Amino acid sequence: MRFAFTDEQLAFRDAVRELLDRECPPSVVRQAWTSPSGRALDVWAHLTEMGVLAALAPEAAGGLGLTLVDLVLVLEETGYVALPDPIVEHAAVAVPLLASRGEPIGAGTVTAGWEPDARAVWADTADLLALGDDRRWRVVATGDLRLEPRTSVDGARRLFAFDPRSADGPALVDEQAFDRGVVGFAAQLVGLTRRMLDLTVGYVTERRQFGVPVGSFQAVKHHLADARLALEFARPLVYRAAWSLAEGDPDASVHASMAKLQASSAAHRTGRAALQCHGAIGYSFEYDLHLFLKRAWALAASWGDARWHGARVRRAIL
Amino acid sequence: MDLTFTPEEEAFRAECRSWLEANVPHGLPSGDTRDGFAAHLEWERSLFEARWAVVSWPEAYGGRDASPMEWLIFEEEYYRAGGPQRVTQNGIFLLAPTVFEFGTPAQRDRILPRMAAAEDLWCQGWSEPNAGSDLAGIQSRAERDESARGWRLSGQKTWTTRGAFCTHLFGLFRSDPAAERHRGLTYFLVPLDAPGVTVRGFGRLDGDEGFAEVFLDEVFVPDDAVLGAVHEGWGVAMATTSAERGLTLRSPGRFLAGAGRLVDLWRARSGDAGPDLADSVVQDWIDAEAYRWQTFWTVTRMTVGENVGAESSLTKVFWSELDVRIHEHALALLGPDGELTGDEASWMKGYEFALSGPIYAGTNEIQRNVIAERVLGLPRR
Repeated sequence: MRFAFTDEQLAFRDAVRELLDRECPPSVVRQAWTSPSGRALDVWAHLTEMGVLAALAPEAAGGLGLTLVDLVLVLEETGYVALPDPIVEHAAVAVPLLASRGEPIGAGTVTAGWEPDARAVWADTADLLALGDDRRWRVVATGDLRLEPRTSVDGARRLFAFDPRSADGPALVDEQAFDRGVVGFAAQLVGLTRRMLDLTVGYVTERRQFGVPVGSFQAVKHHLADARLALEFARPLVYRAAWSLAEGDPDASVHASMAKLQASSAAHRTGRAALQCHGAIGYSFEYDLHLFLKRAWALAASWGDARWHGARVRRAIL
Repeated sequence: MDLTFTPEEEAFRAECRSWLEANVPHGLPSGDTRDGFAAHLEWERSLFEARWAVVSWPEAYGGRDASPMEWLIFEEEYYRAGGPQRVTQNGIFLLAPTVFEFGTPAQRDRILPRMAAAEDLWCQGWSEPNAGSDLAGIQSRAERDESARGWRLSGQKTWTTRGAFCTHLFGLFRSDPAAERHRGLTYFLVPLDAPGVTVRGFGRLDGDEGFAEVFLDEVFVPDDAVLGAVHEGWGVAMATTSAERGLTLRSPGRFLAGAGRLVDLWRARSGDAGPDLADSVVQDWIDAEAYRWQTFWTVTRMTVGENVGAESSLTKVFWSELDVRIHEHALALLGPDGELTGDEASWMKGYEFALSGPIYAGTNEIQRNVIAERVLGLPRR
């Protein structure tokens, strides 16, 4: 039992963190709310160059031959900055699918949709859409679909609905594709939780009322301690689920559901605490908190919400 | 990352399991009553005979030199087999790590083997009538007796767990009344049969005589009763409280077993229970798993020499509140039968004990302050 990342995995994470810190500040996320693409295409280009997007493809197919354990920390960082690009859909869900059918991993974007959601993000700028359920997947050209725009609470998530029955293509069996997405979004939710906590710790340390920083009040401290607790007991389940998928553990699906449940709950609780501890400034559109808060709401609700994943765990244990 | 157990760890687990399954007693009375305590001592002594009492200690003191991971495995197997809460816990889990860290070789040799063998039984003398959460406010004092080469201890300790059944007490005493609150405290090891000691047991919430107050009136202890340096007891005590809050006192095994019993109860009793209760049971089970994996994560970090420190407050809040929820949900499943107690294994009895978790070892309000100030770095005032 050795539950830790290797130095190489941490270095990979750090390299991406540095890029995102430089190239994906909140102003970039905010721009995506109104820009024509709704994305951070410069960041996407950098991530392509670094090999991050094709990391899970075999080296022979132009990838890095890595596993979800190598990628999970990177995905967490993309959550931390609320990256407005379909990196989980592309890198975690679609790339291994495409690689499994021997297709080259091109420079374009592949988004992905879970059939019961019948929606996909950033589908208008994606070339392909991977669509499936727990098991059967197909990859179709987005141009062949009638995409209907939908408005997400997170304006940086350019959302489209489509009729899954109109998405025709050869079926592939990939029992892990959905769960790779689940764990990828769980990792992003962990990153979002960390971001909202960092933002709030910074704010309540600076903000003074009654002559003292508001972060010195116990009521504020306890809200944030609860958020830190939720983070502490969500993160290990996400990393463990990534390992279970990478190793083909027979219970990997249950582990993935537990990870998403716990990470969604941590993000929700932390979001509430963050909003409350910021007071009115946090409720202001000009302030950045809502960029992360709304991403967290959207990710918690898609790719299986708490009720869906709760039912899956329940079937396994009760 | 490798989340499988090594063949050595698996072999260790198998050895624990087979011994525990054959030997764990069932239906022992409460260890917080006089008769029950005696029955538990018998069990503790048989654990020691078979070298399972203190697996993580060096062999010289009765242990097996088990790694932290093996210790966690032992704990999982202990509670899986239905092992009772350890009545020796305050010695072996709280005092012992401090003796290993601060004790002289002579103190280690004198204290640890008898502790492991459940011959000397240690209770914790922290709280006083006017010093609970505010531990540095203690008033019990130690006065120097230079001619006798020792100290005279006076004052009152209270809410001392199993104090009425123990033989020794470890605690903090004010040795320099002129010093600032956290300074001028010394950590003493006190035999409870010393002249001047009076112990009076009293009932806890459940009525068991699990609490005691300990009165000390000019109790003489020699110099070698001091653990660590004179006047530096605060730092020594903090080492103990960190062990108490952290995983040595309440490892995940206990809550995995509790969540497992809750799932069994669901299967037996869910009847027309609604989906909310099912969700609660599932969430408790996930939380027990979360504590398990957070612990493996933490222990891996400790193995490579990282200091965990104030993060033990996260652990303490989490397990104590999880324990309460597990019992609340079990009682909800039991409905009108939840009231029934009188049996050590009843959920109500467990609930009464679980409710002490957010209070002892530093209230969870204090722990949340520690998390906010020392983990998150928020301003103290």
